Amino acid sequence: MFDFNILFPSVLNGLTTGAIYALVALGLTLIYGVLHIINFAHGASLMVALYAVYMLARAGIDPYLALPLVVTGMFVFGYLLQRLIINKSSHGRDENILLVTLGLSIVLENLALLFFTSDTRTIDTPYTLATVAIGPALISHPKLVAFAGSLLSCALLYLVVARSRLGRAIRAVSKEKQGARLMGIDVDHIYAVSFGIGLAAVGAAACFLLPAYYVNPQVGTGFVLVAFTIVVLGGMGSFVGALLGGLLIGVVESLGGLYLGESLGQIGIFVIFIGVLLFRPQGLFGAKA
Amino acid sequence: MNDLRGIALFALAGLALPIFIDSGVWLNFIMMTLYAALLGQAWNILGGLAGQFSFGHALFFGFGAYAQAICQMQAGWNPWAALLVSIGLAAAVGAAVGAMTFRYGLKGSYFALVTLAFAEVCRILAVSFKFTGGGVGLMLPLKQSVANLQFPSKLGFIYVLLALVVIALLTTWWLKRSRLGAYMQAVRDNEEAARAVGVRPTQVKVWAIALSGAFMGAAGAIYVQIFQYIDPGIAFGPHVSVEALVTAIVGGMGSLWGPLLGALILHTLSDLTRNLFGALPGVNLVIYGAVLVLIVMFAPRGIAGIGASVRKVWRQGAKHD
Repeated sequence: MFDFNILFPSVLNGLTTGAIYALVALGLTLIYGVLHIINFAHGASLMVALYAVYMLARAGIDPYLALPLVVTGMFVFGYLLQRLIINKSSHGRDENILLVTLGLSIVLENLALLFFTSDTRTIDTPYTLATVAIGPALISHPKLVAFAGSLLSCALLYLVVARSRLGRAIRAVSKEKQGARLMGIDVDHIYAVSFGIGLAAVGAAACFLLPAYYVNPQVGTGFVLVAFTIVVLGGMGSFVGALLGGLLIGVVESLGGLYLGESLGQIGIFVIFIGVLLFRPQGLFGAKA
Repeated sequence: MNDLRGIALFALAGLALPIFIDSGVWLNFIMMTLYAALLGQAWNILGGLAGQFSFGHALFFGFGAYAQAICQMQAGWNPWAALLVSIGLAAAVGAAVGAMTFRYGLKGSYFALVTLAFAEVCRILAVSFKFTGGGVGLMLPLKQSVANLQFPSKLGFIYVLLALVVIALLTTWWLKRSRLGAYMQAVRDNEEAARAVGVRPTQVKVWAIALSGAFMGAAGAIYVQIFQYIDPGIAFGPHVSVEALVTAIVGGMGSLWGPLLGALILHTLSDLTRNLFGALPGVNLVIYGAVLVLIVMFAPRGIAGIGASVRKVWRQGAKHD
C-alpha cells in the first residue's frame, strides 16, 4: 500500500499538477489581495485561455510559442472585464461581485458550448507522449515543462509585484486605497491592471496545461473550486501561501485518486476547503485577519 | 392586506386559467414557470430576506429529489408521503448546514462558496453510492394516477406546483410581517446592530436556511415526479443552484412577488430565444448569465425594485400636480 514505487510517481505527478494549480491560484489571490473581491469567473477564464491555445495550435502555433500571445490577450481581456463590467457592479456589496463574475462565467461557458460543442478536445504535439524517467517515475515532457514553467511564472509574478514600480503601486493600492489615490496613483487603472495580471497568469497556465490536458466548456468548473481551496488554504492574498497550497493540493488530489479512486478522491479537496473555512479561515500560512 | 388579496387572486387565476388552455406548449410553459418560481422563492427566503447568498441550493433540491425517488423505489412508500419526507429531510439538511456554517461565522462570499462545495461533495457521493443508482441515476416507474402523484396531463402538476408556490407566497408574506422575518431582515441589514438589540443571528439564519431548504426539497421531489428521473448531475449540479439564484435576483431579492416575476421574465426570454435560434445548446444559459450580469450592474434590486422606484416617482409626480 505504501510502496515507494507507487507512491513516488503519484507524489511527483501531484507536484506537477500542483504547480499549475499554484499559478492559477496565484492569479486569484492577487486579484483578491488588491481588489478584495473573489473572481468566480477565474475558472471560466482558464477555459477561454485553453480554447485560445487550442485554436492557435490548430493554426500551427506551438502552445509554448503561443505563450506571449495568450498571456497578452488574457491581460487585455482581464483589464477590460474589470474596467467595463466588474468595476461598475459592486454597489458597496462584495456579494454583488461574486454574482456578476458568476454571471460572466455562465455566459463564457455556454458561449463555448455554442461555438465548440461539448466535445472534449486535445492537441497533438510531437512531445505529447515523450517521457523522462525520474527514479521509478515516468514523467511526460509536457508535465515537466508545466512544472518548471509554472514555478518560473510564479517567480516572475513575485518579482513584478515585489520589485517593479508598477508592483509598488499595486501594493500601495492594496494596502491603502485612499492614500494611494492622494499620492497620484490612478486606482481604477491599478485595479484593472491587477485583474489583467491575474488573468495573464491563467493564460500562462493554459499554455503549460493543454499539451498534457484537454479542454471542454466545463473544464473551468473543476479548477475554480480547486483554486479557491488553495487560496483559502494559503491565506487570502498570500503569495507564498498560494504557491505552497497549490503544490499541497496537487499532491492531495493525486494521492486521494490513488487510494480512493478518481471520483471519491476529489472529495478530499472539498473537505479541505470546507474544513479550512470553518476552522481556520485565515488559512494555514495567513496571519489572523 | 393588499398582498393577501393579491395572493388569493393569483391562486384563483392559476386555478382557472389552465382549464381554458389546451395547447401543450402553453401548459408546459406555465408548469416550468411555476417550477422556476418555486426555486426562486426558496432561494429568496435565505438570500433575499436573511441576506445569505447561497451558490449551492441544489444541495437541498438534490436531497429532496433523491428522497422522493428512494422512498418510493426502495421502501415502496406512497409518493405523497414521500413528498413530506423529502421536504422534512431537505429542511433538516438545511438546518445542519446552517448550524455548521453560521456557527463559525461564515458569511458573504465565503458562505456562498461553502454551499457550493457542500453540493459538489454530495454530487460526488451520489455518483459513488449504490442506493442512489450511481452515475446512471434512478428511473421512477410510470404509474399514472392522482394517488401516485403522476398525472397524464400537465394540468395535474400545474396544480401541485401552484399549491406549493402559493404556500411559498404565504410563507414569504408571513415572514415579511412576523417577528422571525423582522429578525431576518435585521440580520441582513446589519448583523452587529441586530445582535446588540438581542437578536440571535445564528439562530435566525438557521431558521431561514431550513425554511428555504424545505421549499427547495419540495421542488426536487416534484421534479422527480414530473420527469421520473434523477441523476447526480441534475440533483446536485450547478444548474439548479443557478436557476434558483438568478430567478430570485432578476425578480427582486426580498420582495414577495419578485421570484414569480423573475421566473416569468426568464422563461419568456428563453422561449423567445428558442423560437429564434432553435434548440441550440447553451443559448438559454447565455441569456440567464447575461441577464444576471445586467441586473446586478444596473438594477441590483431586481425588476420588482425598478417597479417600486417607478411607482414612487409616479406618486411623487402626482403629488406635485
